[in-house]
Amino acid sequence: MIAVVSAGHGLALAAILFAIGFAGLLARRNLIVVLASIEIMLNAAGLAFVAAGARWGQADGQVMFFFILTVAAAEVSLGLALAISFRRYLRRLDVDRAERMKG
Amino acid sequence: MLSLLWLVPALPAAGFVILTLFNRHLSRRAAAVIGVGSIALSAYFALSAGLDFMVNPPAGHAYRQVLWTWFDVAGLRPQIAFYLDAMTVVFMLVITGVGLLIHLYSAEFMRDDAGFTRFFMYMNLFVAAMLVLVLADDLLLLYLGWEGVGLCSYLLISFWHTDPKNVYAGRKAFIVTRVGDTALVVGLFLLFTDLHTLQIQPLMAAAQQHWAAGSGVAAAAAALLLVGALGKSAQLPLQTWLPDAMAGPSPVSALIHAATMVTAGVYLIARTNVLFSLAPDVRFTVAVIGTLTLLYAGLSALAQHDIKRVLAYSTISQIGYMFLALGVAGWSVAIFHFMTHAFFKALLFLSAGVVIESLGGEHDIFRMGGLRRRLSLVFWTFLAGAASLSALPLVTAGFYSKDEIIATSLGSVDGGVWLWAGALAGAFITSVYAFRLVFIVFFGETHTEVTSRPGRRMTVPLVILGVLSLVGGFVWMPEWMGGFDPLARFLETALPTTAMTGEGTGGSAAEALTGMVLSLAGIALAWLFWMRRREATAAWAARPVVARTQRFLLNGWGFDWLYERAFVVPVKWFARVARDDLVEPVVTGIAWLNVRGWQTLSSSQNGRLRTYLAVAGVGFVAAVAFVMWGWQ
Repeated sequence: MIAVVSAGHGLALAAILFAIGFAGLLARRNLIVVLASIEIMLNAAGLAFVAAGARWGQADGQVMFFFILTVAAAEVSLGLALAISFRRYLRRLDVDRAERMKG
Repeated sequence: MLSLLWLVPALPAAGFVILTLFNRHLSRRAAAVIGVGSIALSAYFALSAGLDFMVNPPAGHAYRQVLWTWFDVAGLRPQIAFYLDAMTVVFMLVITGVGLLIHLYSAEFMRDDAGFTRFFMYMNLFVAAMLVLVLADDLLLLYLGWEGVGLCSYLLISFWHTDPKNVYAGRKAFIVTRVGDTALVVGLFLLFTDLHTLQIQPLMAAAQQHWAAGSGVAAAAAALLLVGALGKSAQLPLQTWLPDAMAGPSPVSALIHAATMVTAGVYLIARTNVLFSLAPDVRFTVAVIGTLTLLYAGLSALAQHDIKRVLAYSTISQIGYMFLALGVAGWSVAIFHFMTHAFFKALLFLSAGVVIESLGGEHDIFRMGGLRRRLSLVFWTFLAGAASLSALPLVTAGFYSKDEIIATSLGSVDGGVWLWAGALAGAFITSVYAFRLVFIVFFGETHTEVTSRPGRRMTVPLVILGVLSLVGGFVWMPEWMGGFDPLARFLETALPTTAMTGEGTGGSAAEALTGMVLSLAGIALAWLFWMRRREATAAWAARPVVARTQRFLLNGWGFDWLYERAFVVPVKWFARVARDDLVEPVVTGIAWLNVRGWQTLSSSQNGRLRTYLAVAGVGFVAAVAFVMWGWQ
């Protein structure tokens, strides 16, 4: 028998994942880790869609997840490019170094 | 072409507008063409209107041109309208004519000045304001011009504004004349509340109808207008601003003293002569103030050693003559003296400007000297002006007008022996100080070398004004010389004639002889003191009593000292005390609160991305929480 995971549990997991990602975003200064945190938050959002889709018995949630995957792929490619030029200009991957852009 | 009358004040005003709008885009040449050209055109239209008026006098010897209604509030319905009668024709022609010559002169005089365009801007506005003043059909419009000349005098006296001294002088002129202006405004309020109009001709008719001669309200109205006139015309006790007004460039002094500004008071009193006839006491005060002022300023002029300050005191003194004439009901004579004075005073100031410029900015007459050969043309024009100022008999314009005033001060029913004696004493003093100037500046040893010479645009106005200063008086000759007096006939159409007693020797050759002898005696005395026995005079002047008197006269009898203590110091003290009143903490508190708030908000803008993100996160959570649970 397939173990049934309730929508509530799925959403709770998504919230926990999102919080972990957000905490990483705030706490870590390494740009690579920041990108990874954002990735976790994106996936938390995807999980919430899937859980909600299962709850209502509709495929929309899973379709939405494909979109999120695509966006995540695009985001990673942009983010890594950004990380390379960040390092080139600011010599480190420390996001607090971007403080000097304050105008 | 009377219908083009409106162009006379409109053209200088248009010149001002154009110069203001295109200030920085105009070359010096273009600015000069616009600045001088607008006055030239205005003078042309003034001349054509004036000639038309003389040849074909309109009905009632007055022409009225209504342009539009200014505003219409609670029964006050002033119109923008011009009124031309014989007196206005004389004023208009002098203002535009002398103004044109001064503008032409300025085009060269100011050639190297950084504020060339700005200068012509102000000068054009000045002439426009003065023309509005004399052409106004309504006292309110007159007041607009009145304030306009006040503003322009401030702007022009402090024209070289990088020197604080000049700015103080401009401020002083503005504030002292403001005292008079306030009285004038109160006077206008009084006239309007009592007679319900400010249009001059109906107003005068209404005053004559409703107010009895010698009544209190007529006296109050006349007195208030008089105080206004005293301020603008620099008469006792509001004369202190004029000597300091010399801080402006020389053409400005010429314009203020000859064509505009200071004669505004004379115009106002002559224009409202009905009011002054209704208040004989006030009119007598005018005569007394005029006599006192002419003596005061004449004596002060004797002690000055700045060439322009001598001329400034001389202006105060000559306006004193005009006030004396007005005070004894010699309305037309005052206008006559205004005209000749405009000629010779403009001439003297413009000549002094050339002298000062040629000597590299030297103002002290004792460091001049011997200029007769080096600046021979200016010597002759200055001599013509000084001769006219000291009323040299028969050949100068000043003689005819001043002689007529002196005769009127005795012969008029309102005149008197004391006024006559004062006027004669003033005439004597005038020729002493005028020729003191001539002998010290143009004769004797050279103290400063001449470094530049005037060009054509400066000498032509000098020559024209020189000729006018000599022949300008032949339009009104006394009876014993044949009585050729077209100007008197002309002015009679606008101003009441002077009632003469017909007793004594008023206006006769014998009486005129007294004036002539005094004028010549003054010149002789000046020659003796400052030509023949210059060393002896210098030694005499060094004696303590004489030196102290001279210092007293030099400082204008201590009026500045007195006003400083009586008004300036108390007001400053009060301002200092009133600084810490109850309102102060409230106002500074608001300012402090704003500064603190700004500092707090500014520190949140620190550029740290993670802080921004954390704040955004907290905000998001708070917003969601509010949406979910906040509405109960």
